[in-house]
Amino acid sequence: MNDIVEGLWQAARLVITLDPGLAEITLRSLQVTLTATVIASVLGLPMGAWIAVNRFRLRRFAIAILNALMGLPPVVVGLIVYVLLSRSGPFGVFGLLFTPTAMIIAQVIIITPIIASISHQAIRELWADYHDLLISLHATRAQRIKTLLWDGRRALMTAALAGFGRAIGEVGAIMIVGGNIDHATRVLTTAIALETGKGDFGLALALGFVLIALAIAVNLALHMLSGTERGSRW
Amino acid sequence: MMFKTAFAALSALWLATAAGAEELKMAVTTSFANSGLAEVLLPEIQKDTGIEVQLLVVGTGQALKLGEAGDVDAVLVHAKAAEEAFVEAGHATHRREIMYNDFIVVGPAGDPAGAKAAGSASEAFALIEEAQAPFVSRGDDSGTHKAELKIWASAGIEPAGDWYKAVGQGMGAALNTAAGMDAYIFADRASWLNFDNKAGLDLLFEGDPALFNQYAYLPVNPEKHAHVKADAAKALEDWLVSDKAKGLIEGYQIGGQQLFHFNAEAM
Repeated sequence: MNDIVEGLWQAARLVITLDPGLAEITLRSLQVTLTATVIASVLGLPMGAWIAVNRFRLRRFAIAILNALMGLPPVVVGLIVYVLLSRSGPFGVFGLLFTPTAMIIAQVIIITPIIASISHQAIRELWADYHDLLISLHATRAQRIKTLLWDGRRALMTAALAGFGRAIGEVGAIMIVGGNIDHATRVLTTAIALETGKGDFGLALALGFVLIALAIAVNLALHMLSGTERGSRW
Repeated sequence: MMFKTAFAALSALWLATAAGAEELKMAVTTSFANSGLAEVLLPEIQKDTGIEVQLLVVGTGQALKLGEAGDVDAVLVHAKAAEEAFVEAGHATHRREIMYNDFIVVGPAGDPAGAKAAGSASEAFALIEEAQAPFVSRGDDSGTHKAELKIWASAGIEPAGDWYKAVGQGMGAALNTAAGMDAYIFADRASWLNFDNKAGLDLLFEGDPALFNQYAYLPVNPEKHAHVKADAAKALEDWLVSDKAKGLIEGYQIGGQQLFHFNAEAM
């Protein structure tokens, strides 16, 4: 219990004094995870919409796989990306292992299925409402997907935020592919793992609280920017 | 549009990691990193040689694996037999001894096994086994783990049973486990002195020459991996065996105790 109080206190001190070490790893956490979320959204949202509006033979199978991939163990993803990016692996020539880029790649793989699956759920319901209208307007397949993505944007933001939430708190994969190098690939979660290893629970908890606050701040900021949950608008 | 932004961001990131000061990736053991010595040496290295050393903190087993795959430019570890095999296989050009510190036996302050009174490290281990007192082992193929196994072997004991807990984690995590279970543990002095969560644990046995822990520097062989920064690795080696490094290493203290003893020889 004492550790938690001490952690909160230390977190407040780190934030108020704008500790440069904390600022660096916090910004890197944001940089890596926001980039991963944008890329995964670009891939996952249209994928979810496409599956929702198309009927094809293995559709049910594809949805089942997508849902199962939501539970991908990060440590396995990390290991696979590691082996692929290692100098002795197929993409070794790019020298990407132990860089922020490698961490972004791993996170994209982890959260794309989540974003695609949630957006598929949302779009499917919207498609049930829009189906007759869009068909009667002779909308092309691309136009249908575009309309659905735009009109379902609030639900889709939830999908993207779910992906962000999973990525920002993830440690297993980025520890493996990033290597937790000071001033290069250290982020909040890997720093927490490191401080726990040193037995400095106070600092580890403080970083944990900063991480939680950061996740809340990003969510709030996105909601404000997109104008959801405001008075008369639903 | 979004695609373009994402692509631009990605390539910017990629470029950012490719450019900048000369970077050298070195795999080091957790015990070296946990000692805090790196924080003293790295800024000086950057100042004197212009090389930014990026540390990958892993167990010795993994550190050698990284060198073998060519994912790092140099390795600094402490497991002589494994290092010699590494050089033998041509993964490193040579092995250069830099410094040593020592291992210690830590355990519950009450010392139920009576390890404190042991005459040697293997005797201390035998007493722990006899008492079936809980013992936490790294169990991760690290240099510390290998050193621990060597002492069990010299005591003629094959550690197994409920009392012997292999956690498969780094030094810090293993010390946390030992603190939580009031167990015995084999640790390096540096990690122990820097460890904040000592709980009911105490240093019980030290000083046996069998506990000396030699660190050696291994530059990865550029003939096997053409991308390896051999020149930077050479510059780093020259710095590590210099008088300046000697002064910094010998002068590094925690709680008034000297941790490392410099013993590099001129070549």
